[in-house]
Amino acid sequence: MIKAATKKIVVVGNGMVGWKFCALLRQSDISANFEITVFGEEPRAAYDRVHLTAYFETRSADKLMMCPDNWYADNDIDLFLGDKIISIDRENRVVTSESGKQVEYDRLILATGSDAFVPPVDGIDKEGVFVYRTIEDLDKIIAYAKNCKTAAVLGGGLLGLEAARAAMDLGLDTEVIEFAQRLMPRQLDDKGAACLKQLIEAQGLGIQLNRATATIDGDGAVDKLTFTTGDSLDIDMLIVSAGIRPRDEVAKACGLEVGPRGGVVVNDSLQTSDACIYAIGEVALYNQMIYGLVAPGYTMAQVVVDQLAGVASSFTGADMSTKLKLIGTDVASFGNAFPSEGTFDTVELDEIASKGIYKKLFYSKDGTTLLGGILVGDATEYATLLMLYQNGGAIPDNPYDLIDPEKTGDSSGILAMDDDTKICTCENVSKGDIMDAIAGGAMTPSDIKVCTRAGAGCGGCMPMVTQLLHAKLKADGIEVNEDICEHFKYKRTELFDLVKQDGVKTYDELLGRHGSGLGCEICKPAVGSILASLWNEPVNDHASLQDTNDAFLANIQKNGSYSIIPRMSGGEVTAEKMIALGQIAKKYNLYVKLTGGQRVAMLGAKVEQLPIIWRELLDAGFESGQAYGKSLRTVKSCVGQSWCRFGVNDSTDLAVTIEERYKGLRSPHKLKSAVSGCVRECAEARSKDFGIIATEKGWDLFVCGNGGMTPQHGILLASDLSKEQVLLYIDRFLMYYIRTADRLTRTSVWFNNLEGGIEHLKDVIIKDSLGICDELEAAMRHHIDTYECDWARALKNDEYLTRFKPFVNTEDTDKTINFETVRKQIQPL
Amino acid sequence: MKTEWKQVGQAAQFATDLGGCVKVDDLHIAVFNLNNRKDWYAIENRCPHKAADVLSRGIVGDADGEPKVACPLHKRSFSLKSGECISDDEMGGVKAFEIKCEDGVVYLKLPLK
Repeated sequence: MIKAATKKIVVVGNGMVGWKFCALLRQSDISANFEITVFGEEPRAAYDRVHLTAYFETRSADKLMMCPDNWYADNDIDLFLGDKIISIDRENRVVTSESGKQVEYDRLILATGSDAFVPPVDGIDKEGVFVYRTIEDLDKIIAYAKNCKTAAVLGGGLLGLEAARAAMDLGLDTEVIEFAQRLMPRQLDDKGAACLKQLIEAQGLGIQLNRATATIDGDGAVDKLTFTTGDSLDIDMLIVSAGIRPRDEVAKACGLEVGPRGGVVVNDSLQTSDACIYAIGEVALYNQMIYGLVAPGYTMAQVVVDQLAGVASSFTGADMSTKLKLIGTDVASFGNAFPSEGTFDTVELDEIASKGIYKKLFYSKDGTTLLGGILVGDATEYATLLMLYQNGGAIPDNPYDLIDPEKTGDSSGILAMDDDTKICTCENVSKGDIMDAIAGGAMTPSDIKVCTRAGAGCGGCMPMVTQLLHAKLKADGIEVNEDICEHFKYKRTELFDLVKQDGVKTYDELLGRHGSGLGCEICKPAVGSILASLWNEPVNDHASLQDTNDAFLANIQKNGSYSIIPRMSGGEVTAEKMIALGQIAKKYNLYVKLTGGQRVAMLGAKVEQLPIIWRELLDAGFESGQAYGKSLRTVKSCVGQSWCRFGVNDSTDLAVTIEERYKGLRSPHKLKSAVSGCVRECAEARSKDFGIIATEKGWDLFVCGNGGMTPQHGILLASDLSKEQVLLYIDRFLMYYIRTADRLTRTSVWFNNLEGGIEHLKDVIIKDSLGICDELEAAMRHHIDTYECDWARALKNDEYLTRFKPFVNTEDTDKTINFETVRKQIQPL
Repeated sequence: MKTEWKQVGQAAQFATDLGGCVKVDDLHIAVFNLNNRKDWYAIENRCPHKAADVLSRGIVGDADGEPKVACPLHKRSFSLKSGECISDDEMGGVKAFEIKCEDGVVYLKLPLK
């Protein structure tokens, strides 16, 4: 759908950074103003090149994809794969692709990245020589390796070592050939590199340093490397990983300024020498630096989106600190690992021979600031040290404490940090502030967030806050583990923030980046819920995450049959619809009963009957009631002013409005509501997560009630509100709860743990004390705009419905599901 | 007991990282694949807790590296390798079957009829 006055964006390159730019632009408020066309050279859409080695294990390109295939179409992005841009006409603002397509642009984004540098060694073009950059490269390597016994990798940097491990896993005896005197020469010093070499050789990989290759020999196919020293190495395959070269050829050809060693020159706004053309990612040359990590690339993408939105934003360089798990070994390097002579002192932990651990920190001569560091073999302190370095925080009097094995471990010297150390930069919260909060009784990271506001901004400091809290509690002898499960060392709120910050769209992506193992029945539904709350994609697209009832969009009963509950907003239904419902129940011989939520439930459907019955229900005008979800359930009501002699306001109208507004909303736990038309409270609104009671002047809004196992009355949030105000406050309240509650926590429990109680909640919701109300309202608007009935969605897609049968290998029905008759209706036998 | 490899379906018929139930004569067997159809497991579909034929509808994952499924009714976890109940010492296990996937076809080792 093209609106008038939209601007055309063409993105050249569909790698990780090019894709991220599109994702960020489409997620932003200005998305509707831009048409996006993307041209990619590779035959497949953007995938996670950082975790390319995972492809060797899974052999699944699908697992690496940055997004599902239909993401581009769903987001109004024209994607042309296998069709690179070959020329840019800057005067007329038109690009031309290899296949001859011509597209006009208002703004052009160059995200062509880089390709592997192939050194001009004699014989480099022989058969059996590969680079290590794309999935196609990996497929070729895997195929060729079948007939090989030995391999060599040219280049002992990050990528070379990963490629070597991959070759080893393919069953080949592998040697790494490094030109420099040590491995990873840009990140590690001599000792660190020696430690790494030791750890890697222990895994069976050969390392040769100080080696320059003279020729690559073989008759057609490679069979030997000959070095400048005259000796040689017999090999069947060679992988070249000797550096990267920016793909700036198209930019150069159209006259844009490029650096002397390649790369498109950009300014703080990431504009090239042509103001209408931006460059981001590995192709961009900023301050004479090419940023070869994906995080700075993503930052650049965000800066350009901000620029397009007219928001002042600039790129000022990025921190190149990295922590890697390389061949099962932790390696980390942060700050300046090679500071200039005379400006620093060092502390070092050398347990290379005994434990394969090496740590070195560089700090200023006056002993106040951390300048950089190297960690090999054990990088647990990385997060703490990085924080200290980035904040310029004061370091302990004895800097060795930061790496002292006696003091490190989970606490990692955190407690030794100076009280002035800034932990949360967004809200300006120091370590001292947090320690005060803990001394004052804060027992959870949520408590700390509420007391000090740490984490209320971007939330990025929360893992650190959690570490600090756990360290202090542990030091005081209190055991706390709030990890959601063994697969993620985070609480739900932290996972929520991670998903939101990183724009994670799939469970596999989250597990790959922040988790371990294969997942379980705790984290999968928790993440599924977070994804649903944030992105509202069809539940069936995440089928393997769904909990028992969401899996088939129906509540499972004890004998494997299911219940069917259509929505009846406000508890209201027409005679015609009742008849339709009755006919369906009769046709399929289902058990019928009214629920506590003022709607009709039909039980006893077999899994293969669900799509058929729901098709008939949808045709009769019903929608899914989502009785199976951790989601909004019902909004009960009394007949109110329309009918009742006591009613002072139209409770049914408000109840219907509210249920129609929030239907489909997924949350940490189920949400129940009610609206009563007068003080007699026939709808029992005060026992609901949010309940509204009519007054002479308007509506009173009560929150965080509960009618279940531990009944609790809702507390008054605000009184005498107009209908519009009621909806506004509920929007904010629900989104605040969704963002900050723990897994499977009802609003009542969440409220009871909320430091500051109702006054705090009023401050946040009514006075906007955290400054997040705009965001909360926008999130609710997104929910409303993207609502679609689960069953309507499911029935549109035959692929979704293939799971709805008892057996995979036969059309037989499940004969173990049987019923008897009780009170004239069926009941499980 | 004599057994044979019996074909039960194409790998593509089984949704990724999920379970599916196959019926062979009177046996209901829950077939699971993990890691995007790379690893295959099979156990009987009936959960010993309340005798419900539902294990194929559980969430798969692992506990301490042991691949498992959690029964959708009450969440007892069963090892996909051995069938043992790993979340409840007092619960019996389920039978595990040998399974293989070759050239995109899934086979179960079952008793000869």
